[in-house]
Amino acid sequence: MSVTTATPGWARPRTRPGWLARLFDSKPFLIVACLFPAVGLLLVFLTYPLGLGVWLAFTDTQIGRSGVWVGLENFQDLFEDRVFWSAVFYSVFYTAAATALKFGLGLWLALLLNHHVPFKSIIRAIILLPWIVPTVLSAIAFWWIYDAQFSIISYVLVDVLGWRDTYIDFLGTPWAARWSLIVANVWRGIPFVAISLLAGLQTISPSLYEAALLDGASPWQRFRHVTAPLLMPILAVVLTFSVLFTFTDFQLVYAITRGGPVNSTHLMATLAFQRGIPGGHLGEGAAIAVSMIPFLIFATLFSYFALARRKWQQGESND
Amino acid sequence: MTHTTRRDALALGAGALAAAALPARRGQAAIPVANVQPPRQPVEQGASLRVLRPTKFVDPDEVIFRENTRRFTETTGVQVRVDFAGWEDVRPQTAVAANTGAGPDVVVGWRDDPHLYAEKTLDLSEVANYLGQKYGGWMPLAERYGRKQGTATWIAIPVGASRGPCVYRGSWVKEAGYDTIPKEHDRFLDLCRKLKAKNHPPGFALGNAVGDANSFCNWALWSHGGFTVDEEGKPGINSPQTVEALKYAKELYGTFIQGTVSWGDISNNRAYTAGDISLTSNGVSLYFSLKNDPATAAIAADTEHALMPLGRATSPPEAPLLLNAMVFRHTRYPNAAKEYLRFMMEAEQYDRWLTGCLGYWAHPLRAYGESAVWTSDPKIAVYRDTCESRFWDGYKGPISAASGAVTADYVVVQMFAAVATGQATPEEAAREAERRIRRYYRR
Repeated sequence: MSVTTATPGWARPRTRPGWLARLFDSKPFLIVACLFPAVGLLLVFLTYPLGLGVWLAFTDTQIGRSGVWVGLENFQDLFEDRVFWSAVFYSVFYTAAATALKFGLGLWLALLLNHHVPFKSIIRAIILLPWIVPTVLSAIAFWWIYDAQFSIISYVLVDVLGWRDTYIDFLGTPWAARWSLIVANVWRGIPFVAISLLAGLQTISPSLYEAALLDGASPWQRFRHVTAPLLMPILAVVLTFSVLFTFTDFQLVYAITRGGPVNSTHLMATLAFQRGIPGGHLGEGAAIAVSMIPFLIFATLFSYFALARRKWQQGESND
Repeated sequence: MTHTTRRDALALGAGALAAAALPARRGQAAIPVANVQPPRQPVEQGASLRVLRPTKFVDPDEVIFRENTRRFTETTGVQVRVDFAGWEDVRPQTAVAANTGAGPDVVVGWRDDPHLYAEKTLDLSEVANYLGQKYGGWMPLAERYGRKQGTATWIAIPVGASRGPCVYRGSWVKEAGYDTIPKEHDRFLDLCRKLKAKNHPPGFALGNAVGDANSFCNWALWSHGGFTVDEEGKPGINSPQTVEALKYAKELYGTFIQGTVSWGDISNNRAYTAGDISLTSNGVSLYFSLKNDPATAAIAADTEHALMPLGRATSPPEAPLLLNAMVFRHTRYPNAAKEYLRFMMEAEQYDRWLTGCLGYWAHPLRAYGESAVWTSDPKIAVYRDTCESRFWDGYKGPISAASGAVTADYVVVQMFAAVATGQATPEEAAREAERRIRRYYRR
């Protein structure tokens, strides 16, 4: 790009390019200019809040009162706090149970859908519905389903079929409430797993199955030796995302039980909110949220190593 | 404390407004006033005000509040902008206004808020004393929340309060052999047992329901002589009285409809409306939502209100929710702000608002007990004396951020729920509650 001035009687002067043009020719400047929006967004909306959250965890900030540095005091308090440990336990249990169920059922659903079925696209679209519906709406639906007095399930079992005498108290005892929430989360999470795995299944070349058939492989052997290894990369990615989403879940629990009965269904995320915002102790809430980070890092590392293992499976060396 | 849901309240709609309009005009003359000179507070030249308050309970709440504000503008020439914020948003917005020294001049906030920002609000003693003298005196709850702790200085003007007494089906309680709600614990338990035997169980929320569950558990604790912290803010929950209250609540829980540990603030309204429970505690909204729906009018006709049993307490053991107005020091027009509050509390304005709100917000000044609203429906009479309550949130301790946090974190509720469901012994639960309370009060 060059700046030219129209001077009559002159044949194209070779002017030095203007400062602007030179600026845009310089590679370092271009790198900075192009990265700036992205880096700026990350810094303002990701790094700053995260850093602020971590800083708050080491202060005794309350809503309406700025705090002072208290070191590890918040964490020491949490260490002795039974409610916190029950939230840690339930977060891990909730994630493990819900993820296992989501993957079992999601994989099964994906395998079924991978066959030729009539109205395939419509069925796939329908399956996505639980994932599309806003979480809060499905949470409210489940809240009604689990209601102690107005549950549709209890109504059908007691008043229509007469199989039970009393209404089921879904959310009234700790374990019933914990499993009820896991079921709600699984219902919501299956479509994501199923559709992602279905996409993975469709990348597997049919010729591999044909070859396996010619070798006399049984359906289980075909699944075990063809489908499973080739599905592993996408499985690892989907698994990571699913674990992260489940571990940080908030809306379902907050809308259905608010952590009750007696704190037995608090996840770390809901407990952090409960202590930080309604309870007013921002510092302690932040400390609970920060305590989630090691678990999340562990989940991410898990996926990294699962991916690395895949290369090894295919006979490549690790890099 | 939301004893009621706004959704219920909204359902009343315009009908309530129309119904309220008539008695409003008749009521005004009835308010007895003393002849007192209002304080001299000349409104500043070119003053304008910003007011923040929680969103309406019923339509007339907002309509009449705005009308009264407009009258203030007409009388004084002060432009006033009123913002209505969601109930959960008022507290954080108040905090921001207090900390940044900007935003609304006047906040009609929740009961504790003026005490959290006492250093940042104006002394309203002149206005408060004038109103008290003119309108028969402030009621106990208003004095508790209006004055700065341990002083005679008023830091807030209480505007209205909402309580959650016993709401019950008169005919079913009669069937159980009682004319009204007994005042003693053992007879109340007996009533609940008989109601359950007749397949009309009572139901009180024991889940994480900020309003209903806290109000039930505070009643159980205070009516047995228990308290969370003493006058200095030292934890006093781990006491024989608490253990007794917990044992009693466990017995009482045995008579409840199942599932109340998972109940939220709206659950008792639904169960009562469906005829599943015979007795619960709630604000007046439940009654009006029943009365205004033809399908449930019969239930409304059978509904009665009474105080919860006093037990060992000498005044109703409950801490009503209170609207508490404060003026921030950062206002540029302090006189205009004080005048605004005075104006809104005068009978010409206040009685119209009180009547329009149908008893949702009860008066803090004794003279308004004569308001026509309290005779407009004999069934709501019990709500008239809401501000007679001598208990407060965080009783017997100072009103502070800690008392609010203990309520918001359901410490007392969970203590009761753990015992009622058999997850902890009364002694264990009281110790655990003490530990949690100590942490909140330490800071």
